[in-house]
Amino acid sequence: MRNVNNLEEIRRIISLHKKWDLVFMVAGIFALMIAVMTFMALFAHMLIDGMPRLSWEFFTSFPSRKPESAGIFSAWVGTTLVMLVTAVAAVPLGIGSGVYLEEYAPRNLLTEIIEINVTNLAGVPSIIYGLLALGLFVYQLGFGQSILAAGLALALLILPVVIVATREAIRSIPVTIREGAYALGATKWQTVSDHLLPYSSAGILTGIIIGLARAIGETAPIITIGALTFIAFLPPSPIKNEFPYVSIEWLTAPFTVMPIQMFNWVSRPEEAFQLNAAAAGLVLVVMTLAMNGLAIYLRYRMRKNIKW
Amino acid sequence: MAEESHIKIVPAGKLGYSFRRHLRERFIEIFLFMSAVLSVAIMLAIIMMLMKESFVFFQHVSIWEFLTDTQWTPLFDDAHYGILPLVSGTVVSSLIALLVALPLGTIIAIYLSEFAPFTVREVAKPFLELLGGVPTVVYGYFALLFVTPLLQVIFPELPGFNLLSAGLVMGIMIIPYVSSMTEDAMRAVPMNLREGSYAMGATRFQTAIRVVMPAAFSGIAAAYILGISRAVGETMVVAIAAGMQPNLTWNPMEPAATITAYIVQVSLGDLPHGSIGYQTIFAAGLTLLLITLVFNIIGHVLRKRYREIY
Repeated sequence: MRNVNNLEEIRRIISLHKKWDLVFMVAGIFALMIAVMTFMALFAHMLIDGMPRLSWEFFTSFPSRKPESAGIFSAWVGTTLVMLVTAVAAVPLGIGSGVYLEEYAPRNLLTEIIEINVTNLAGVPSIIYGLLALGLFVYQLGFGQSILAAGLALALLILPVVIVATREAIRSIPVTIREGAYALGATKWQTVSDHLLPYSSAGILTGIIIGLARAIGETAPIITIGALTFIAFLPPSPIKNEFPYVSIEWLTAPFTVMPIQMFNWVSRPEEAFQLNAAAAGLVLVVMTLAMNGLAIYLRYRMRKNIKW
Repeated sequence: MAEESHIKIVPAGKLGYSFRRHLRERFIEIFLFMSAVLSVAIMLAIIMMLMKESFVFFQHVSIWEFLTDTQWTPLFDDAHYGILPLVSGTVVSSLIALLVALPLGTIIAIYLSEFAPFTVREVAKPFLELLGGVPTVVYGYFALLFVTPLLQVIFPELPGFNLLSAGLVMGIMIIPYVSSMTEDAMRAVPMNLREGSYAMGATRFQTAIRVVMPAAFSGIAAAYILGISRAVGETMVVAIAAGMQPNLTWNPMEPAATITAYIVQVSLGDLPHGSIGYQTIFAAGLTLLLITLVFNIIGHVLRKRYREIY
């Protein structure tokens, strides 16, 4: 027992180190609390300012020069239509790309370039996508400042999200499933479409929802393509009375979306408009939170239910 | 012999090479390949579009003037094209944001990965994810109408638009990105490293700082780089809360425009396609892309060099 004399000393050192553990634990909880409190403050502030403005009329009125009669009708209709375009463009391309990279791609230079490139695309600031859409869709392809141009811009923006989610979902399926399908004579596409895609659908869906939730809140790219902020009319209806009952006229219509409407109201000096901004923000936050919440729930269910 | 009659006889042709089946497979593979290559095409299109318009811009304005002039007034009669005021705004707001996001994000990540009980982690992680999903325009509103008035209580001379409140809110906004990636990196460190450390008598804190963090260094570096790119490219918070006046300053208490805020400001007006004002936003965008690209490359190098393989 060489260190018996030092026992007190050792105990002292141990308790000192344990104290650091405690200090850090408190720091961790404190840091977490800062994030939580900020979110609470943000939500409470919007709730107090915006709640009185939330009424049926707010959802069914067009923007107006008079703050008390202004609403978000054209904004939420615009958001819905833009999201439709975004989903139609981003979902098949994202899934296709993810399937290719996981199941088809040979190990070569091109594959590596594509993989690095997807990572890099995810890091490109959203406003850059806006500039691309402005130059390419609005002017070069002549779509104008339309729902189509905005929807495609946002589709490009969320493409990496869908690709990564698809890849992760497919990668988590054990290789035995593929071997089983091939052993029964299935072709590659039969394996993918009958087994891999159905089994990974929850994971892919989670990615799509997260991507769309992000797209709903994106403001910068849509401002960049020059979307008007004062739109007191709706785009032409996609459904017609006479044959062929559907119309694509709305694709080229001018539009506004929720975040643009909110930005427009925030940047006005009158306080009454800022109350409108709070109400619009509240709707926007509830929408994105609901979507993200759904995605988190889906992932939770998936983790609980699937045990390969 | 009776059993044999149950076996369905398949004509040999059905099991053999089927042209139609093969053709369909090929078509699908080509579609999948095209959608994968599209991401490369998008990147090339971004670069080409920015280069094309910037090229025209740089025929009017020398690169030297662009990089050294201290005023950015492209829409005035007395036009100056110096990117420095926009860069200073971007740097100041990003620095403030990173001073908030990197320490807090790292502490949260270490806490969640090494200290927190299971239930806390299960609640905190989705919550942070939700926090990251709040639209940036809402954070801008919050910075302008909540944080700035709050700061004005402490600093009465603070103007209504300032880089400080935009930077602080941006920092809070980036925390979830940094913390979730850092935590993932730390959780990926194998358990036996921790067990070895505990066996030597190390405390949780010592294990986290001296064993887990160095082992997860490449992932943490990637998280920080992503945080930096987010801060530099963030648009709406600064456009709403920091004002849109280009201002060559390093003082966070002043209003100033960032590169992104300038692009927003121009886009809100009605600039004719092909005018020099129209080209300036592409030159500004190219600068922004180059800055984020440099950070992405640094991140890539760090990841490659410090990747630990277990």
